[in-house]
Amino acid sequence: MDRLDQLESQSLFILREAYARLEPLSMLWSLGKDSNVMVWLARKAFFGRVPFPVVLLDTGNELDEVYAFRDEYVETWGLSYINADCPALEETDPTLPLNSRHAARKTLGLKRIIADQGFRGIFLGIRRDEQAVRGKERVFSPRDESGTWDYKDQPAEFWDQYKTEIRPGAHLRIHPLLAWTEVDIWRYIQRERIPVVPLYFARDGWRYRSLGEKDITRPIRSQAGTIEEIIAELETTRQPERAGRTMDHDSEDAFERLRASGYM
Amino acid sequence: MTHTSLNPAPRELLKLVVVGHVDHGKSTLVGRLLYDTDALPEGKLEELQAVSAKRGMALEWSFVLDSFQAERDQAVTIDTTQIRFKTDRRDYVIIDAPGHREFLKNMVSGAAEADAAILVIDAAEGVREQSRRHGYLLHLLGVRQVAVVVNKMDLVDHDQSRFAEVAQEVTDYLAGIGVEPAAILPIAAREGANVAASSPELAWFNGPSLLDMLDRFQSVTRPSLQPLRLPIQDVYHFDERRILVGRVESGVLRAGDTVLFSPSNKTARVRSLEAWNAEPPLEAHAGHSVGLTLEEQLFLERGEVMSHEERPPQLTNVFKTTLFWLGHGALEPGQKLTAKLGTARYAVEVVAIEQTIDTDSLERRSGEALQRNGIGEAVLRSRALMVVDEAQTLPHSGRFVLLDGLDLVGGGLISMEGYPDQRSVMQVRASNVFSVEHGVSREERWARSGHKGGVIWLTGLSGAGKSTLAMALERLLFERGYQVYVLDGDNVRRGLNANLGFSPKDRAENIRRVGEAAALFADSGAVCITAFISPYQSDRDRARAATERLVPGGFHEIHVAADLATCEQRDPKGLYKKARAGEIADFTGVSAPYDPPSNPDFVVDTNALSIEDGVAELLEFCRSRIAFDPPKSN
Repeated sequence: MDRLDQLESQSLFILREAYARLEPLSMLWSLGKDSNVMVWLARKAFFGRVPFPVVLLDTGNELDEVYAFRDEYVETWGLSYINADCPALEETDPTLPLNSRHAARKTLGLKRIIADQGFRGIFLGIRRDEQAVRGKERVFSPRDESGTWDYKDQPAEFWDQYKTEIRPGAHLRIHPLLAWTEVDIWRYIQRERIPVVPLYFARDGWRYRSLGEKDITRPIRSQAGTIEEIIAELETTRQPERAGRTMDHDSEDAFERLRASGYM
Repeated sequence: MTHTSLNPAPRELLKLVVVGHVDHGKSTLVGRLLYDTDALPEGKLEELQAVSAKRGMALEWSFVLDSFQAERDQAVTIDTTQIRFKTDRRDYVIIDAPGHREFLKNMVSGAAEADAAILVIDAAEGVREQSRRHGYLLHLLGVRQVAVVVNKMDLVDHDQSRFAEVAQEVTDYLAGIGVEPAAILPIAAREGANVAASSPELAWFNGPSLLDMLDRFQSVTRPSLQPLRLPIQDVYHFDERRILVGRVESGVLRAGDTVLFSPSNKTARVRSLEAWNAEPPLEAHAGHSVGLTLEEQLFLERGEVMSHEERPPQLTNVFKTTLFWLGHGALEPGQKLTAKLGTARYAVEVVAIEQTIDTDSLERRSGEALQRNGIGEAVLRSRALMVVDEAQTLPHSGRFVLLDGLDLVGGGLISMEGYPDQRSVMQVRASNVFSVEHGVSREERWARSGHKGGVIWLTGLSGAGKSTLAMALERLLFERGYQVYVLDGDNVRRGLNANLGFSPKDRAENIRRVGEAAALFADSGAVCITAFISPYQSDRDRARAATERLVPGGFHEIHVAADLATCEQRDPKGLYKKARAGEIADFTGVSAPYDPPSNPDFVVDTNALSIEDGVAELLEFCRSRIAFDPPKSN
């Protein structure tokens, strides 16, 4: 088994564990490269059919190409789709730095959709290598009634025995891609021919490495116009992936605070 | 452009855990490794310098990993994290695990998925409490490759003899738990000495640098050569197919194989392996998550384990385990928990904590309870039959975790030493067998005997007084006009069971036959007294079921209780002496387990009672249970 096979197998195992033990379930689909891989893996795990809804936390501020991609693939992939509108900026915690407040809209939107639908488990496409605080996550990560992450008292998780037992009102964030790296994702996209939003490919010397909302995401300087070139670029770059995400860099613990309060 | 020209295949990945006592420098070492291998992202060094300066300290490498604010403020790693670096040879995921005792569950969470470990020991302090505990846990968790680094050599003036002392200390300890370190290296992580390259101060050391050492580790692959184990995760009916899904934990599965499901004991042929958007594979190896269809439509559920018929897992409801306990309170006998093994869940009860292991001294003590973060040996029992393997031979199907309510509170490795595989006992070989109705009713027999038929089942250690009590009771009942007969261990082994030995399997079969014979006696209207050690609760439960099938309410389990020391002192047949001398294998109480009855109908305590008093109590018990209305007067 090569490394991509191992990662794929482990992710299928995680998806199936959650599906066997938690109901109702959903999957966050940000339409970025990671969550497209995650939807793809779900189609593999469940033999072509994604047996739970996919949810876009919609700030109304996604890039146009992202919305176009959504419209096409909801149809093509036969997804059950929920568009979850996020509350306005005014409803976010005013003590957070401004960029974090933009991100916090998604947290509020997420909490709202969980409350509305009563989800017990939600798949998210986060990876450990994206950001140091995400490096500390569990695969099955419990959130209490208020959605906060008690990162100082996380459950023991070993031998692939995941926490699937939670109190009423609580839910689990399930992270099937936690062990993947950015390069793994691109290699898998390449191997499986998974479609992605075209903004990842360089145009006029710029490309998006990470897709967020219009107002808090910036493209990077790049000539990588194909998947091969993107992989080659990533093998050598020392730029962190989220360098273009402004909200991570407001203060020393900006991202930690976001995540503790329930951000993805 | 071809698809391969730019990007060669993904490289091999090795998962590495860093463990050791708090403050011995684990996080610093990791930070330094990342720096030396150019793995720090751009701007990270500057960020570290700024964060360190803000706290008024020199550059603190550990801040690379201690990404929680609380960790940086308190300079302690709270939770495990993972981060990557690469050498020319391959890629690494490095798992930094907290050393602090309070965060043992986080250390375990990190360490359990590693292929290899670095144990960090402070050169000045030497081996400390958590160095030992972590060393022990690595072993239990299944991490077999360990390199030891003696860190902070700069603080002992790079002294060669101090290194030799610490190296000796750690070698001795690890030898005690059966671990042979791949190497022991002196390093100074803060200054980078002997991490990526050798340093002048440590020129006296001839061994490899840490990075060279890491490249010598083997990457661990899942075992394909072992017997097939595939725990069923789920059964899908999304379309006309009925697809079983699960991951091959060991062995190889091929389309066309005949497979056995446990514990249901059903067999079927695999029609196909299934895949979406790919050619259906013809075989699946250990590590593969698969879907498959069967030729027969069997009713199967999550938790069943698929194997080949020739090398099946064992079935049991009692086993011995070496376990680590992470719960807040102590683990004690009588506690009821849930065991998760593979995809199955079982309600289990702690029968006994046999030993606690002091990870400091490696001393084993007989224990009543296992404290938080303790390690020990226990016996667990489950209500349902569990599908298990010896952890020693099949780690993935031989280990389990424990849940207390909603929380995962421990993990253990299974040993079946001394316990029978109950698959052989429960298999029904005869087919086309039909029961025939008797022409005489139960009540007619009881009316003629003047009492009910039944089984008085005496169980207890050798020397507890079973045979003596049985014979005396038989005499008293006989004199009072009862139809009574004793089945005694030695007597039965001369005839009915002459072909059986004393292995756990043969013992189970011995008791199975006695249970069936006693049930026939009871059905005939007689009182059958049995005197067998009958060490396993599962066997006694089966004997009870045999009697109850024919004579409801007719089985009475009597614990003839005496402690081991007393029995050994009595030693009426000289058997304990022989067992202690190693002349008898599998001797109950010495080299084989005894499960005391969990819910006996009556207890005769022969430590405290004379034989006469014991028999008198038993007689009263029997009369009350087998009296038939109208009872025969004496």
